[in-house]
Amino acid sequence: MEFYKITADEIDVNQVITSVIRPEAGAINTFIGTVREFTGEKQTVSLQYEAYPSMAEKQLTRIGVEIHEQWPGVQTSIVHRIGKLAISDIAVVIAVASPHRAESYEASRYAIERIKEIVPIWKKEYWTDGEEWIGDQLETTSFKNGVPKEEKE
Amino acid sequence: MITVLFFAKQQEQIGLDKIERAESQLAVAELKQKLIEDYPQLTLDHTMIAINEEYADEDQVVNDQDVVAFIPPVSGG
Repeated sequence: MEFYKITADEIDVNQVITSVIRPEAGAINTFIGTVREFTGEKQTVSLQYEAYPSMAEKQLTRIGVEIHEQWPGVQTSIVHRIGKLAISDIAVVIAVASPHRAESYEASRYAIERIKEIVPIWKKEYWTDGEEWIGDQLETTSFKNGVPKEEKE
Repeated sequence: MITVLFFAKQQEQIGLDKIERAESQLAVAELKQKLIEDYPQLTLDHTMIAINEEYADEDQVVNDQDVVAFIPPVSGG
């Protein structure tokens, strides 16, 4: 059974994978996003993720719907953790099950890119020499008129 | 009465995670202008808009009981 969740707890990777297992699937692709220590010269000490949880879960669900439309027969579960995370902690897990392997890679990539566009989650980085809320990871600073851009073709 | 939610840097700028306001029946753009006047330290540039947890545009009218959020550039994943 697919699920789309924001959690303050450690993510159980196996539970996410198990949720998409089905007889029709011939592949399960799992993406695990972890906290990186170095970004260029900057050394991250820890991270804090904050979300608008109810809306974030709706947007994760929307990503699941978009995946169904683009890749029929593909099942997806997504869990994103919030709160304070240390280096190498798991921040996000995406499991995609599909009849054949190609769609599982494509849909998994699509899901993580969409998370970075439309899901209201924010990351604050604590570095050795300061702290800052991170925005604009896709370098799309301008949200003309307030609405995010539509699903990519 | 409407509710406005603040996230990430916005919370630190005004020291609040939400406020309630008496006005309604105004466009989001007008609400945004009023907020910036009332909280000069608040930056709402480059934000997406959500009304009742759905993305909306600046022309949309905010009704009584609505929950409005100005979503800063997201950085999940």
